[in-house]
Amino acid sequence: MIEIKDIYKSFSGNEVLKGISGKFEEGVTNLIIGGSGSGKTTLLKCMVGLHQPDSGSVLYDGRDFTPMTYEERIEVRKEIGMLFQGSALFDSMTVEDNIMFPLNMFTDQSRKEKIERVNFCLERVNLAGKNKLFPAELSGGMKKRVGIARAISMNPKYLFCDEPNSGLDPKTSIVIDELIQELTEEFKTTTIVVTHDMNSVMGIGDYILFLHEGKKFWEGSNKEIAHTDIQELNDFVFASRFMKAAKDKF
Amino acid sequence: MNFTNFGRYILLLKSVFRRPEKLKIYLKEIAKQMDYIGVGSLGLIAIISTFIGAVMTLQIAFQLVSDFIPKTIIGSVNRDSSILELSPTISAIVLAGKIGSAISSEIGSMRVTEQIDALEIMGINAPGYLILPKVLAGITMVPMLVIISMFLSISGGYIGGSISGAVTPAEYIQGITTDFNPYTIVVALVKAFVFGFIITTVPAYEGFYVRGGALEVSQASTRAVVISCISILVCDYLVTQLLL
Repeated sequence: MIEIKDIYKSFSGNEVLKGISGKFEEGVTNLIIGGSGSGKTTLLKCMVGLHQPDSGSVLYDGRDFTPMTYEERIEVRKEIGMLFQGSALFDSMTVEDNIMFPLNMFTDQSRKEKIERVNFCLERVNLAGKNKLFPAELSGGMKKRVGIARAISMNPKYLFCDEPNSGLDPKTSIVIDELIQELTEEFKTTTIVVTHDMNSVMGIGDYILFLHEGKKFWEGSNKEIAHTDIQELNDFVFASRFMKAAKDKF
Repeated sequence: MNFTNFGRYILLLKSVFRRPEKLKIYLKEIAKQMDYIGVGSLGLIAIISTFIGAVMTLQIAFQLVSDFIPKTIIGSVNRDSSILELSPTISAIVLAGKIGSAISSEIGSMRVTEQIDALEIMGINAPGYLILPKVLAGITMVPMLVIISMFLSISGGYIGGSISGAVTPAEYIQGITTDFNPYTIVVALVKAFVFGFIITTVPAYEGFYVRGGALEVSQASTRAVVISCISILVCDYLVTQLLL
């Protein structure tokens, strides 16, 4: 479980996060949603330590991450897997080397064991046999899946996904969403997905935290989200004509 | 480089020299970088050094108008200029353009495509993994390239002098072997070591902290080369002042 308490973060006097708290349980898909500039990605970066919050704390199963030293953080980071918005694959390495990279760095497994793990991860994301391809030879959806394979290669306890559907067609988006949900349930990870994709919200949002202008406006599940009377949330959820039409019909 | 940048540069260097996560992987990277910086630059350094040596001989001969000055002086001047100044400094400036821009754009591209963030999330010391092998390769390979450059520059002087008839081979050989002070080699190697450090760390710093996209990466590369060249010249003066 990951718990955030009263996170504040500002850049050059501009307050981006204004006291955000929340609890993200393991084995469920937790979503952080909000419009552009609402602070979702900043919150995610504060949680994984890419940004240092001005105040507040991030607890990984009770371990406070924010005051940790560099060496202490490394131990927590070994338990983290992350899928980046642009996949962030190492473009000079093959798919196999990308997935094997954390294994090379942090395990003493034999080459055979590492190859087996890579093949398992690739099979899990339906990319078996693509070991020798370079990232430049992959489609957007395949890159995301390789990103997921790399993120799960070390058997992480915590999985973070930053806009996993950005730039993908609706069908591939659903594939990625389902994959994230399956992996979360299978490996009992604490998964946090930052998104503004309403298909993801309705499809996999077991727990949703809605941010607006750097503040937490609402939290709940995808079953509850369509039935709130919070104006800001309704403006976000029913922004598209499709969602508006669906709401009017049902 | 203003004070903020200098402070960040020092802090980055502090991170670079943290204990490596896995020595074997770092050693592999160091070997790769040594091949790129050393072997990959050999041809360029060879061509530049040989021609500079040849041109130096012709120009020194041109300036020696008095019959009272022996022609052997051409060899001596060429030798000392090549060892003390031309080989280390010209090689370093050429390498700053070739290696520096490559380092800056490689690390800068990794920054803007979140590959550096990915390394950090994995628990890997990104400055150490990306920069340390380059620095170690730079401080070992640049002195080696400078030694080769010295030899080729002096040889180029010999070839240039012989072809043009500005100095006879015997006079040139006599010149380069007379009154040789081995300390000049030490000074040149100290310079090469310092330049190797500058050529790798300044571009790495520029690339590591780049923000934005392709345009900013290319601007960082240009800035890296300019700052490296200026730093090389300033350090050239300081090392010369200190050691001679």
